[in-house]
Amino acid sequence: MNDMTPPTREERVEKLKGLGCSRKRVEDVRFTHGKGNYVDDIKLPGMLHGDFVRSPYAHARVKSIDASAALALKGVVAVLTAKDLEPLNLHWMPTLAGDKQMVLADGKVLFQGQEVAFVLAEDRYIAADAAELVEVEYEELPVVTDPFKALEPDAVELREDLHGQDSGVHGKRRHHNHIFLWEAGHKEATEQAISSAEVVAEEMVYYHRTHPCPLETCGSVASMDKVNGKLTVYGTFQAPHVVRTVASLLSGIEEHNIRVVSPDIGGGFGNKVGVYPGYVCSIVASIVTGRPVKWVEDRMENLMATAFARDYWMKGRISATKDGRITGLSCHVTADHGAFDACADPTKFPAGFFHIMTGSYDIPVAHVGVDGVYTNKAPGGVAYRCSFRVTEAAYFIERMIEVLAIELGMDAAELRAKNFIRKEQFPYHSALGWEYDSGDYHTAWEKALKAVDYEGLRREQAERVEAFRRGETRKLLGIGLTHFTEIVGAGPVKNCDILGMGMFDSCEIRIHPTGSAIARLGTISQGQGHATTFAQILASEIGLSADSITIEEGDTDTAPYGLGTYGSRSTPVAGAATAMAGRKIRAKAQMIAAYLLEVHDGDLEWDVDRFVVKGAPERFKTMKEIAYAAYNQAIPGVEPGLEAVSYYDPPNMTYPFGAYVCVMEIDVDTGTHEIRQFYALDDCGTRINPMIIEGQVHGGLTEALAIAMGQEIAYDEIGNVKTGTLMDFFLPTAWETPNYTTDFTETPSPHHPIGAKGVGESPNVGGVPAFSNAVHDAFRAFGLRQVHMPHDQWRIWKTAHDLGLHG
Amino acid sequence: MIPASFEYHRPTNLEAALATLKEFGDDARVLAGGHSLIPMMKLRMAAVEHLVDLQAIADLKGIAIDGGTVRIGAMTTQHELIAHQGLAQAAPIIREAALQIADPQVRYMGTVGGNVANGDPGNDMPGLMQCLDATYTLAGPDGTREVKARAFYEAAYMTAREDDEILTAIGFEATGGGWAYEKQKRKIGDYATAAAAVILQKDGGVCSGASIAMTNLADTPVWAAEAGEALVGTACEPDAVGRAVEAMLARIEPTEDNRGPVEFKRHVAGVILRRAIERAWSRA
Ligand SMILES: Cc1cc2nc3c(=O)[nH]c(=O)nc-3n(C[C@H](O)[C@H](O)[C@H](O)COP(=O)(O)OP(=O)(O)OC[C@H]3O[C@@H](n4cnc5c(N)ncnc54)[C@H](O)[C@@H]3O)c2cc1C
Repeated sequence: MNDMTPPTREERVEKLKGLGCSRKRVEDVRFTHGKGNYVDDIKLPGMLHGDFVRSPYAHARVKSIDASAALALKGVVAVLTAKDLEPLNLHWMPTLAGDKQMVLADGKVLFQGQEVAFVLAEDRYIAADAAELVEVEYEELPVVTDPFKALEPDAVELREDLHGQDSGVHGKRRHHNHIFLWEAGHKEATEQAISSAEVVAEEMVYYHRTHPCPLETCGSVASMDKVNGKLTVYGTFQAPHVVRTVASLLSGIEEHNIRVVSPDIGGGFGNKVGVYPGYVCSIVASIVTGRPVKWVEDRMENLMATAFARDYWMKGRISATKDGRITGLSCHVTADHGAFDACADPTKFPAGFFHIMTGSYDIPVAHVGVDGVYTNKAPGGVAYRCSFRVTEAAYFIERMIEVLAIELGMDAAELRAKNFIRKEQFPYHSALGWEYDSGDYHTAWEKALKAVDYEGLRREQAERVEAFRRGETRKLLGIGLTHFTEIVGAGPVKNCDILGMGMFDSCEIRIHPTGSAIARLGTISQGQGHATTFAQILASEIGLSADSITIEEGDTDTAPYGLGTYGSRSTPVAGAATAMAGRKIRAKAQMIAAYLLEVHDGDLEWDVDRFVVKGAPERFKTMKEIAYAAYNQAIPGVEPGLEAVSYYDPPNMTYPFGAYVCVMEIDVDTGTHEIRQFYALDDCGTRINPMIIEGQVHGGLTEALAIAMGQEIAYDEIGNVKTGTLMDFFLPTAWETPNYTTDFTETPSPHHPIGAKGVGESPNVGGVPAFSNAVHDAFRAFGLRQVHMPHDQWRIWKTAHDLGLHG
Repeated sequence: MIPASFEYHRPTNLEAALATLKEFGDDARVLAGGHSLIPMMKLRMAAVEHLVDLQAIADLKGIAIDGGTVRIGAMTTQHELIAHQGLAQAAPIIREAALQIADPQVRYMGTVGGNVANGDPGNDMPGLMQCLDATYTLAGPDGTREVKARAFYEAAYMTAREDDEILTAIGFEATGGGWAYEKQKRKIGDYATAAAAVILQKDGGVCSGASIAMTNLADTPVWAAEAGEALVGTACEPDAVGRAVEAMLARIEPTEDNRGPVEFKRHVAGVILRRAIERAWSRA
């Protein structure tokens, strides 16, 4: 008899696996069985393989290219050079940042690893052999890898194609290697605040060049069907719809004849937002040969040539009263963009959202100027697991706070608490023009400090310093603090677009007669678990179990138009579209239920998975019943079927925040470190799936660890990449990864339909300053103010050495 | 990361392997675990037209301990070195060192013969074998000969082995006393910034014998007799350790790379060696 008892309300809620449920990731079954389907798994009949001839030089003129030996190799189909692409006007391509980039070297090369020729062969091995046989004659030119030197009057002109152009899409260029100057805030008022301040701290904070290094490198398979005129492109695209539009504009093929598919993507982290020469070459090669063409880069190519991240020299000044109230903040950035400006930012923001640099603090006046500069390095400047330039901004302010604390002789935790934006100030208008949606920083901060016993740690640290001075230990203790505020979820169409496409996103839902559903979105998961979490959002909205909802993304023939996944925008934008589309479904379902129950629709109320007649709980129709009715009953005034689509233009960004504490032991003699404790409190608004949040935080912190403690793309003075393999480019394994303690507060976004803010990037944004501040803090007692990341062993050793700690 | 094309040979006995090497001369190389050679081929830094795989030669595998004498077949994997109980008794320093090489995947494939024959200054086993005063057995077209590990390494990738010779086994006497293998690296899977192999004998509270070698601080491993001599007759007190370290530092010639500049490496070498001596002494 038991199983006849109707389920309780709690049981019905639980069955939905909706918001707040730590539902297991539905994607993992195929991944753990080796059944993922990545670009390199795609094999089409008659497929050719492409490989690049790349420049060994950072700056050189290309005198000649002789492909005869390569073409003589059996199985080689063609060798494409800029000359072959020129008649199609495809030897250059536009970048997302309003610049243009060579697809294949047109007369000269500007960075090591630049694409010079594209070899096309019957198999991948022949292509690699043939690439070696292409003879390129170079004439070396002077190399500039330092953005400050690039701006010197007599610096060699890198971009001869721009010769004489004294303005670009972002305004005036004041030097032949200058790209733009972008400013925000009030310069004069800021200068005045700083010059009249009681205390001023000034520092150059460098956020070094690094790389997102997703496990799967970039690649594409293009297939032109010459009979029906359709072009299909499979690729590692974080924004497949935008790729389709760009491909149409570049190739002249009408957009409905192009299908772009992002299959499973093995991590993106911003590396797969841009358009790369490899994509263009595979498409052109397929159009020319009429055969499918695959291009997949190897690890070294990925690290050398596809988009890097950061490389910001941030000169900061922060002013305060004697008792530690911040009165002004100024920053000038020298931004090294490499050879082409290929940053992936919303069009109107050449420095992304760097002007979130006032962070979590109520700073009355601020100013920022960013100079973009060309150098002989790879192009890029993508948002590596962060919203556009937000990690740079968070690192900058969290370092400046520490430096100011030193200047004031004040505890850095206290200085933060003193200057936080208070709860009642939200929505808060920052000095640099943002409207922070919601936050409760003091609560999070106090919770974090209490959790780690902050005062106890400081006591232990002081004892350690004494013991060190007495010669009893060679290890120092660093306490790394961070309170970060992000800006994610780009973004309102009125000011955010990419190549003119407004940064809305979309969801289209189809309910099947038996009460299951498919929802398609304009985003694309690269490991974030969209198939799991978007089904949960929908389950709570429409009352069908998440297990009965398929989520599909990444095929432009079936998914609604969207701007893709990066900048933590999927939940804030597409997640909102999902909730809104779900609400449309529910509205129609209400009319159907009213008809079935023979009441007025106003007499119904929604209860978990059903509409119930108000005051008569025994009279109801479940969503499952309603779905069936939508297809098998003629309901007057209601169209058959149950579908909805929503395009969501967010009214504002969302502002996730968090409080992190890192406790680190540093061996001053070897420069090695050990992370004893890492506490991460994240507030991402409404929590959709706590388990996925925890996973995202663990992953993001580990990337932050890598960046802060060793990961870099380093060049020597003649432009050779010194860190081109995973032997030298630091990718942590389980061994280097510490234990993390995660925690949360929950301050919903007031403008998001379900109050969610996005979390995937928070740990990288907050983690980097937390690790770096721990290193700095360990040496604070010995007079350290600022050293540059990455804090690898020899640099930590050098810090200790320069401070005289080696006797 | 695609190697140039090559021919693959898989002889089932040593004679056939030697014959293939002889036939193709310079164009042939033996393949053991492949975890140094194949990356070089994929980077196209090594071009090998004929690859002679030793995997199918059963005689090259295994660990034999006979009284105080240890003999390890060249094709014994690093994992097998770690797992072998008898070896852990006879020469515990080998397990301690092998556990610090790369990661389990590499150690399942990588062999002790490949590690010592490779001649890469980054490899840990050559210094270790010099510390153990091991002897390598080389088989060539004219029979076999033996070469001391301490006389085997000439320069980076240059060894006393002739191109047509195969290293078949490594032999040494079981060690008594204390031991330590200390290694600083940037991460799992990295070669040493500095590594030290130390074996000490203790007799009535005094050091009666010492063997010290270091890795990746010159273009060959550095076994410094003077460093060991500085400890003999002492109680390994700080002064004596300091003299041993000085003696070693006088012999190393590190070069700058991504691990750091020379000054840093010299400093770390001293720290690592001091720690290794202290640990070995505490176990002696
Ligand atoms: C990620 C990674 C990290 C690593 N880290 C370390 C480390 O920290 N420390 C360390 O010591 N090693 C390290 N290695 C190298 C690893 O231990 C190799 O396995 C080892 O160096 C070579 O052994 P092999 O059996 O793989 O030899 P192979 O790669 O097959 O051969 C290496 C060379 O030796 C020659 N050779 C092999 N066997 C013989 C023989 N019997 N006679 C004559 N010549 C022979 C080959 O012709 C070749 O030139 C690392 C490797 C990788 C991939």
